[in-house]
Amino acid sequence: MSAAAAVPIRGKAANRSFDVERIRKDFPILQTKVHGHPLVYLDNAATSQKPRAVIDALVRYYEGENANIHRGVHYLSQIATEEFEKARETVRAFVNAARASEIIFTRGTTEALNLVAQTYGKTNVGAGDEVLITAMEHHSNIVPWQMLCAEKGAKLRVAPMNDEGELLLAKYEKLLGPKTKLVAVGHVSNALGTINPLKQMIAAAHAKGAVVVVDGAQAVPHLKVDVQDLDADFYAFSGHKMYGPTGIGVLYGKQALLEAMPPYQGGGDMISSVTFEKTTYNKVPHKFEAGTPDMAGVAGLMAAIDYMNGIGIEKIAAHEHELLEYATEVIGAIEGVRLIGTAREKAGVLSFVLDEVHPHDIGTILDQQGIAVRTGHHCAQPVMERFSIPATVRASFAMYNTKGEIDALALGIRKVREVFA
Amino acid sequence: MPELRDLYQEVILEHSKAPRNYKALESANYKAEGYNPLCGDRFTVYLEMDADKIREIGFQGAGCAISKASASMMTQSVKGKTKEEAEKIFHRFHDLVTGHGQGEDAELGKLAVFSGVSEFPMRVKCATLAWHTLEAALEGKQEKVSTE
Repeated sequence: MSAAAAVPIRGKAANRSFDVERIRKDFPILQTKVHGHPLVYLDNAATSQKPRAVIDALVRYYEGENANIHRGVHYLSQIATEEFEKARETVRAFVNAARASEIIFTRGTTEALNLVAQTYGKTNVGAGDEVLITAMEHHSNIVPWQMLCAEKGAKLRVAPMNDEGELLLAKYEKLLGPKTKLVAVGHVSNALGTINPLKQMIAAAHAKGAVVVVDGAQAVPHLKVDVQDLDADFYAFSGHKMYGPTGIGVLYGKQALLEAMPPYQGGGDMISSVTFEKTTYNKVPHKFEAGTPDMAGVAGLMAAIDYMNGIGIEKIAAHEHELLEYATEVIGAIEGVRLIGTAREKAGVLSFVLDEVHPHDIGTILDQQGIAVRTGHHCAQPVMERFSIPATVRASFAMYNTKGEIDALALGIRKVREVFA
Repeated sequence: MPELRDLYQEVILEHSKAPRNYKALESANYKAEGYNPLCGDRFTVYLEMDADKIREIGFQGAGCAISKASASMMTQSVKGKTKEEAEKIFHRFHDLVTGHGQGEDAELGKLAVFSGVSEFPMRVKCATLAWHTLEAALEGKQEKVSTE
């Protein structure tokens, strides 16, 4: 994998071997009929569907490998431990971390972000300090920092965006100062699809001595992520948005930072010795993995990464980019449609509103035609406020979506217009 | 299979486009605000109570077609009614949209057009938001009502 890429890969020529119909056959749920219509699943930014390989990995784990890890000396415990650590190595390679010990398994992006807030944040952010986020963050990348700031007497600052939904980089850089201890930014906006200029943002933050936490939940399914090339200090993501199971996620953190941080939760596996007088904590990453982890989830996440690698992230990105361009053209051309989020660099998301019709009504009418989209504020209420709208309709794409499905969406929106004519 | 036209009946669409009693009442002595965080719908209901009787009612806010039409038709159906009568209508209406009603309910009158909502469980909250808000206003509650 190239180390330079944190942008979607363009061009159709590279995608000749991408066979979307063959890929669709790998996802059992795509055969579902909804209200008599074939399912058109365009809510992938909420959660993606799972390929057979991931579902099988969960079954295989429980049928053949289940035992607690890092504990028993018996055969199954050894197998389970080896698989668990193999998965850690798979994740390391997936985001190109320097060491497997920099990969911590969490319940998801939300827990990963809270972990950073509660450990690194609590020890490094103090009264009068500042935490800088952006105007397009998901609630998960706002609330943990608000809680931290409230507790510590620190100040939450927000870097603004323009009407296209692009971060105002100059304003962001101006907000960085000697008081900025931490920057928390989404790699890709879940509500708008904007890809943030992360490399520049991280370099600017580092120049002022701030540590950068990246919410990568919407990026890893769509882009090749290289945490070393980005120079991210922390990078969080979820398994379930990238074809993996729910309940499993990842926090990448630079080794030196992780070692200096206090543990997150206390319990088994995160200790090396316990007496009633004193506990010595385990090494990184185990220090942050108290209790029996979601071992089946980890097996499923590994299967999801293997599945994505088997197809090729560049090919997935190129296919999705083609879909997004097509959808922008076709849906954007419908009378009364206003696209929300028209950044030059986007991935996977088409958000829009339609004349006077409320997104919730659109969602119901589309659902009647088998089309699943998200309607609402997408856990990003400040983004809605920025655009002075209560909600949007969001179509979000995955590798198994087709242009035919976008045509179905366009037809569905025309039906909405008929109902409300 | 539920039919879209059962939900989006002409009367409902018409009320959503031209809601009745869509105003903030200067004379209101009770009001309440309702909010559905799921979809962002937000309504304020204003009441001018004469002892126990709803002499005047108005509402304002933003929401989907179902919630707006429901609010509009609610104002028409409870105007002139006592607090007790209005609450009774709400209970019947609630039964209707949740599918717990006993078939035809003549007392609901025009509100019967909302019977299609029961086929769309995700939309029950839309249809009842204004009613919950009305109930809060009748109780004289000051806090914001949420359907979540």
